[in-house]
Amino acid sequence: MSAITLNVNGRAHTLDLDPATPLLYALSDDLELRGPKFGCGLGQCGACTAIVNGAAVRTCITPVSAAVGKEIVTLEGLGTPENPHPIQQAFIDEQAAQCGFCLNGVILSAKAFLDKNPKATESEIQQALSGVLCRCFTHTRMFAAIQRYAKAVAP
Amino acid sequence: MSQMKAPLTAEARGILDRRGFLKSAGALIVGFQFATTETARAQFGQAALSGSPPGDQLDSWIAIAADGRVTAFSGKEELGQGISTAQQQLVAEELSVPFDRVTLIYCDTARTPDQAYTSGSQSHPANFNHANLAQAAATAREALLNMAAQQWGVSVEQLAATAGVIGVQSDPSKKISYGQLIGGKKLNLTLDKNAKRKPASEWTVLGQPVGRPDMAAMATGQFEYVHNLRLPGMLHGRVVRPPAVGATLIDVDEDSVKGLPGFVKVVVRKNFVGVVAEKPWQAIQAAEKLKVNWTAGTGLPKQSEFYDSLLKQPSRDTLMVDSKDTAQTLASAAVTLKSTYYHPYQMHGSMGSSCAVADVQGDKATLYSPTQGVWYQKSTGAMILGLKSENVRVIFQRGSGCYGLNGADTVSYDAMILSQAVGKPVRVQLSRKDEMAWENYGNAWRIEERAGLDAKGNIVAWEHEAWTPGLGNRPGPSTPGNIVTGMLLGFAPAGFAPASAQPPRAYNNNSNGIPSYVTGNVGGIAAGTGTVKSEKVLVHNVRSPFWTGPLRSPARLQNTFAHESFMDELAARAKADPVEFRLRHLRNERVIAVLTGAAKAAKWQPRPSPKSGNSKTGVASGRGVACVAYEGDNGYTGIAVDVEVDQATGKVAVKRMWVAIDAGPISNPDGLRNQAEGGALQGMSRALGEEVTWDDQKVTSVDWRTYHSLPLGFAVPKIECVLIDRPEEEATGAGETAITVIAAAIGNAIFDATGVRLRQVPFTAERVKAALAART
Repeated sequence: MSAITLNVNGRAHTLDLDPATPLLYALSDDLELRGPKFGCGLGQCGACTAIVNGAAVRTCITPVSAAVGKEIVTLEGLGTPENPHPIQQAFIDEQAAQCGFCLNGVILSAKAFLDKNPKATESEIQQALSGVLCRCFTHTRMFAAIQRYAKAVAP
Repeated sequence: MSQMKAPLTAEARGILDRRGFLKSAGALIVGFQFATTETARAQFGQAALSGSPPGDQLDSWIAIAADGRVTAFSGKEELGQGISTAQQQLVAEELSVPFDRVTLIYCDTARTPDQAYTSGSQSHPANFNHANLAQAAATAREALLNMAAQQWGVSVEQLAATAGVIGVQSDPSKKISYGQLIGGKKLNLTLDKNAKRKPASEWTVLGQPVGRPDMAAMATGQFEYVHNLRLPGMLHGRVVRPPAVGATLIDVDEDSVKGLPGFVKVVVRKNFVGVVAEKPWQAIQAAEKLKVNWTAGTGLPKQSEFYDSLLKQPSRDTLMVDSKDTAQTLASAAVTLKSTYYHPYQMHGSMGSSCAVADVQGDKATLYSPTQGVWYQKSTGAMILGLKSENVRVIFQRGSGCYGLNGADTVSYDAMILSQAVGKPVRVQLSRKDEMAWENYGNAWRIEERAGLDAKGNIVAWEHEAWTPGLGNRPGPSTPGNIVTGMLLGFAPAGFAPASAQPPRAYNNNSNGIPSYVTGNVGGIAAGTGTVKSEKVLVHNVRSPFWTGPLRSPARLQNTFAHESFMDELAARAKADPVEFRLRHLRNERVIAVLTGAAKAAKWQPRPSPKSGNSKTGVASGRGVACVAYEGDNGYTGIAVDVEVDQATGKVAVKRMWVAIDAGPISNPDGLRNQAEGGALQGMSRALGEEVTWDDQKVTSVDWRTYHSLPLGFAVPKIECVLIDRPEEEATGAGETAITVIAAAIGNAIFDATGVRLRQVPFTAERVKAALAART
């Protein structure tokens, strides 16, 4: 075990962890954040996604040691129910969920991609989400929400 | 849809923190009536004995606080399908209070009425027709109006209720709120089956596309799934499943994990093995390092020969309908057709592997579970723990979407057993592999269809004969061995006794075994939806090597795949347009309406399939159609699809879908549309890619590389929904209809495009390519 300092949603947290522990467990267990979720533990579904230094990262296969000194943003770091981030508002407006378990991966993957590619086409966005799953298959609404957000940030 | 902001009410905030929520709602709960009455026993049978509030008593369903807030108690839970929003609308509508003033509490064995499972498209019919929650709200509204009438000495007809306030129509100065009338006190009334429901023409809340109150919390990462539940002193468990089907435990070397960081305990009971640690990652490490010896598995049938092997098994046979003349009618038909269809085992494959939290201390247990059946977790949980059922409380807490019997029930047992062993709260989340290798799969099917056409191309006889393997199921009130953890603990699954078929006694098309196009004549009553009089439906249930259980539209989907594909083959043989040919053999107005509704939306041009003029190389486009009366009469869907088949690769791309859906009166059009869209795409994923695979010992589709769910990265077809509102009809199921017809519609469209008939799901590129190569 060692002292690991993580910068999450703008705040520094020092945790006593095995450096090999996947970042997901530090976020969801030690910090009790509800955004990043265990879906597969294999980096195959996206449920555990966080934005690390601007890139969407699968935290279930990323050791905490690799996240030290970096800016980590989780879904709750974007906005709150009272004051959601525009991409979160777009999902609310489109009612783009059923069970909602995948929303973390969908929203953060889309946001990280659009931050870097604000003029991305619909098919480029689709491509960027090719490793993200939604088993309720709310795809239609999710793409409508992402388009709504994309048009708002890069009109 | 334009702005549909979820109102951020106290309830929405309440969802954010369950513990705070319980605190704030506590005042309403105190003094809630728990005792079961003789009346309730007589009326509700076993359900009333589960210790839940009696379903015939108004106070079991509705409580009104002094501030006028309404709390409604339901036995039908939110799984992601949107039913909690619709139920909140229902109560607001019938009680004439604003939507935001209603709090819905569901599926807590100590607080809510026992409504059995939340499954089988039963929530909408159960709670929106003339019983249960709808009738409770209507009873409460009449009772409040009567109270006000008595207080003022006026007739009820002179009163009107708006936004929780009753007024005298002729005297605007007289007003009294529900809170003033009854606030905080019990209503002490029996549900009145004659209480008047509001007609749909007067609805202002029901029938509206009200946004989901949980949406903002989900989108901002605040929603507390069971996965996020953290209790004081809680530990984390991990199970160690056998490496092969049928393997049993030889021994466990507990020393192999002693001294690991955070390690607490190894738990062994018969063939159940698990570990408990202080933190999740520590539990995972301990489970991986634990040395466990297992026997070899009992062996599995070859997957390539599986469908044929079903024919050789001892079977339990059921005749659903039998006019006893099909053999003769087929023999004298101008043309006979016979086709065999194959549908694989498929998974629920929940996005989040299943999770539960149990707190078992001494002779009492509390379970937080995403189960669809809290009352059955209570009774079977008591069995596995050796406790009295009345000492077990099960509280539903939402998990990842389940679509049926996923790992929720089995992980609930896991958490209870591990918690009991350490005497502390334990949270267990399954590994991806443990979720996928041991869940109760949607059953595989082999279906033979035989039919005859007369000289004019009309169907004169239809025979359907199916084989389907099953093992286990939902645990029900007393069969924990129906799921893997129960079996590992030494409980047996429900028995299987081969039996020959008896003559059908009553029409029951719950499984959609009976095609839509036959009369469904049992005992002289033709209750089916079609016109073909010579009919026979025979089902052979055989033993499955894998656990099976309900997966969204169980049996209905597989039977409908066969029926609707075969109907297309018959239409092609008769050189008839597939829509016109169906209409020729239908006599049920609601099936006809969804079929023609989808066709009209798709601008369907009548012509036979396959499409003439398509090249045999390159990309070929085609269209397909299918329809169903779900469970015979519990919801209706028609669908038309456009597909493109890349004939070089065999890849199928669905370009557009038109879904017409009828679920009776529309309670929430946006919720209904969400179910239709999601069902259509989930059905497409199941039709094109999903299949459980195995080797000679074990299941091999155990992650998202080996089990093929369509990710967000595919080109999503444009979906147009036609919502058919039936305000005068009973509410029916809504969540399982669209998915039921997709595989057939896509298969029919592939045929239209290429002339090749796909009779085995999934229609993978390899299978399509092979079929195209075999094309003459």
